Amino acid sequence: MAACVEIRAAGKTYGSARGPVIALSDVSMDVAEGEFFSLLGPSGCGKSTLLKCISGLEGISTGGIRVRGQALSGPPKGLGMVFQRDVLLDWRTILQNVLITAEFQGRPTAEVIDRARALLERFGLGAFQDRHPWELSGGMRQRASICRALLCEPEILLMDEPFGALDAMTRDDLNVELTRIWQAARRTVIFVTHSIAEAVYLSDRVAMMSAGPGRIVEIVAIDLPRPRPLSIRETPEFARHVAHIRGLFAALGIVKE
Amino acid sequence: MAGMWSGSAGLRGTLGVLLAVIALWEAAVWVLAPPPIILPPPSRIWVDFVEAPGYFLRNSWYTLSTTLAGFALSVVLGVGLAVAIVNSRLAERIIYTLLVALNSLPKVALAPLFVIWMGTGVEPKIAIAVMLAIFSIVVDTVLGLRSVDPDAIALARVNHASPFKILVKIRFPNALPSLFVGMKVAISFALVGAIVGEFVAGSAGLGFVILVAQGQFDTSRVFVALVLLGILGTILFYIVEAVERLLLPWHVSQRAVARPDGH
Repeated sequence: MAACVEIRAAGKTYGSARGPVIALSDVSMDVAEGEFFSLLGPSGCGKSTLLKCISGLEGISTGGIRVRGQALSGPPKGLGMVFQRDVLLDWRTILQNVLITAEFQGRPTAEVIDRARALLERFGLGAFQDRHPWELSGGMRQRASICRALLCEPEILLMDEPFGALDAMTRDDLNVELTRIWQAARRTVIFVTHSIAEAVYLSDRVAMMSAGPGRIVEIVAIDLPRPRPLSIRETPEFARHVAHIRGLFAALGIVKE
Repeated sequence: MAGMWSGSAGLRGTLGVLLAVIALWEAAVWVLAPPPIILPPPSRIWVDFVEAPGYFLRNSWYTLSTTLAGFALSVVLGVGLAVAIVNSRLAERIIYTLLVALNSLPKVALAPLFVIWMGTGVEPKIAIAVMLAIFSIVVDTVLGLRSVDPDAIALARVNHASPFKILVKIRFPNALPSLFVGMKVAISFALVGAIVGEFVAGSAGLGFVILVAQGQFDTSRVFVALVLLGILGTILFYIVEAVERLLLPWHVSQRAVARPDGH
């Protein structure tokens, strides 16, 4: 498998009023083309910072990041991004919100508009495309923001705790939908989460991160078969993966036993 | 606020209060009989207006057009300055410093200077209206342009949006509600500016009407002009508010309480 994202000895240091803060230290990892890769860790471990660095929105202080062989200088082409909050614009309808990623690059063609409608349809928002964001529930809003990220058919999808603010049931729904979409399109996904179960359910590999300074402590492969129904979470294999990761975190003193 | 004024019941209530005040005023003048030079009764003010409606309306029109010109110029210039301030540190330092210094001067004291520069026509009056109105436009627009969700900007940058696209698609719509806050303050200030200009050097307008009437100790005519000014200011304010409702149906302050189909 070709590496889609290569990170070598990446470090990031912020200047702050109380001296330099090390956000990331000596991070090295490869994400393969088409892989579903999660960054898992407690808050403050730098997982969101790492994602921002991969997106090119923030620079790194040391080391290097290459996306599809190109060293980063600013956001690379073919990137889709989903944030923890949906960041839908209140003055735009759901359809217009989805179209904005295309509008940033030019005037959306009729074909792009059709694709936006089809995406909304696929995410169960067909009937809501002319509504405004505030008329929708949190789960529906986050669905719309995923449609927005997918509109320009990104080769790499970066997701920063996209389901962190949702209730457990909606979260399950969206996990299933996301795996289904990913299964069909096989794009590279880098997914930030602090839920062990979510990371295990979704990912091919999980990078476990630790705080102070933010670093990768272990990369765990999840060899559960696909497609994965939600019920896979009740299987002993799934439990074994979760226990393994929890055990590693506990051994490192990151979570309590 | 909107609900208080939009319903016809609210309007009836407002008119009721207004009529009660006028009736009370009329009765008080009848009972207490102050000299007409101190306080004329509303009926006298009405008669004065009806005797020369052309004179009053012509001068109202003059003040109104000065106000609108000053207001429009403030919005255009103010938004332009706000965009410059948000986009450049240097512009921020220069414009903000000048603006704050200018705003701390009493504009009435500047009015004679404008007359020297621009003559006694309508230009110095528009200039004074702009001086008074522009500050709130700039300050509120800057606030609106700046209070953008950083993630929205990140989204735009990941999609390689140009700074111009970010301004047009995100920053500006995001600033509209606060621009309207500024405009509602500015419209009243523009009217004050127009009157100040007419006081200093005028041959037309409601400010000029007041000066002439004062010279003749015609208190009743002063009141006619004041009432017209009040009506003018009120109507202008509600026009701005109506435009706001029309343009910003999506804003939190304008939304209906019910959320259909939200589940």
